[in-house]
Amino acid sequence: MSEMRRVSAICNGTVIDHIPSGSAVQVMRMLHIDGSHSNPISLVMNVPSSKVGSKDVLKIEDRELSQEELDRLALIAPSASIAIIRNYGVAEKRQIELGSELVNIARCSFFNCITQNLNEPLPHRLRVVTRDPLEIRCAYCGRSQSVSEIIDSLI
Amino acid sequence: MDLITMDDLTNEEAISLLDNAERLLPIARGDAYLPLLKGKVLANLFFENSTRTRLSFETSMKRLGGEVLNLSEAGSSVKKGETLYDTMQMINGYADVAVIRHPRQGAAQYAADSVQIPVMNAGDGAGNHPTQTLLDLFTIRQGQGKIEGLNVVMVGDLRYGRTAHSLSHALSRFGASLTLVSPEPLKMPSEIVRDLKSSGCHVEESEDLLPAISSADVVYMTRIQRERFPDEAEYEKVAGIYTLNAEDLRSVQSDMMVMHPLPRVNEIHPSIDATSHAWYFKQAFNGVPTRMALLCRSLGIDIPEAIE
Repeated sequence: MSEMRRVSAICNGTVIDHIPSGSAVQVMRMLHIDGSHSNPISLVMNVPSSKVGSKDVLKIEDRELSQEELDRLALIAPSASIAIIRNYGVAEKRQIELGSELVNIARCSFFNCITQNLNEPLPHRLRVVTRDPLEIRCAYCGRSQSVSEIIDSLI
Repeated sequence: MDLITMDDLTNEEAISLLDNAERLLPIARGDAYLPLLKGKVLANLFFENSTRTRLSFETSMKRLGGEVLNLSEAGSSVKKGETLYDTMQMINGYADVAVIRHPRQGAAQYAADSVQIPVMNAGDGAGNHPTQTLLDLFTIRQGQGKIEGLNVVMVGDLRYGRTAHSLSHALSRFGASLTLVSPEPLKMPSEIVRDLKSSGCHVEESEDLLPAISSADVVYMTRIQRERFPDEAEYEKVAGIYTLNAEDLRSVQSDMMVMHPLPRVNEIHPSIDATSHAWYFKQAFNGVPTRMALLCRSLGIDIPEAIE
């Protein structure tokens, strides 16, 4: 961040930069960041960016997000840059990848899918059928799901 | 080996199943007995009503020397709130192969993912019904001598009709031209039409039945299914919209086949029953040899070349 620093550097944790402007709240939902833990979280939204015009940034202290957790963000922030911070330095850079299946990220939004029974124990699986254009279907009932439906059905 | 949708079979596998079904015909008719499945147990899991599918699976198993367990939702733990997953764990211990019909879509895939034994989908909500498709293809081949490149008209409830979903998928892979005839609220789901077109199938959608049938090789009628409608008033608007009687068939091709997965309500007038166009009862019988072939496939049993 070459611009004015709005949030101080963190010692250890994860920085998610270049989140599409306005999407950081959805990113927090997808990462299950809901205030139930005590580690500090810093969120800036709609800040100017030389790279993408305007962006959101999320800094999560004392928690290194796993690749699996980061891949959950592929639907809403595929081009976000991820840095794992240790002792104020960038220890690792990670890329978000859209895998072939989204497992336990969202439930199928179709009202008559077998997975609508909340007692059924198998994982919720949404399959990426094509990437361009993006088409995602429930691995059980086969119904297409739009990105907005998936975001509405996050687990 | 599971069978959940027609995507689980290549065209070659589908043809080879039809060939096997052909060879099993003497056993299906009761003219020969060959206990290929002796000692095997089929679990018939019907969480939704069925006549032909359940009975034809049962007779298929029995004519091949196997045994059948029948579960229906009434009188089972399902009524007490048991999950499908738990029911399947029990079945996994009691049977060698399971056939499932369920009102919820995706239930067959879910059941298959829950256990090791092979699972066949006998209808999941408005989803798929691939064993019906196999018997439909078998019947079409009997009547037309081939299943490739046919002109097929599918009629009625294409939105909720799982039979129409599975069959249209299969026919598109065999180069059919499809005319989809339905009232606006019961049109084929757009993702299915997209799939059909992307596999190179010529698809036309229409609301008029009679103009569509004159050049058809097959007219596949389906019932407007009251039980799939969220709203009774919506059902009443479209019930009985498409009917065929013997008069309507005057100018059709001589070998045109009228098919129907049955039960019919009033889609096909009994005046057609005695004509050479009536294939629906033969179609219902064909459930036996094709499901025999499918049971053998699931259980990895080879079918002898010649059966007498």
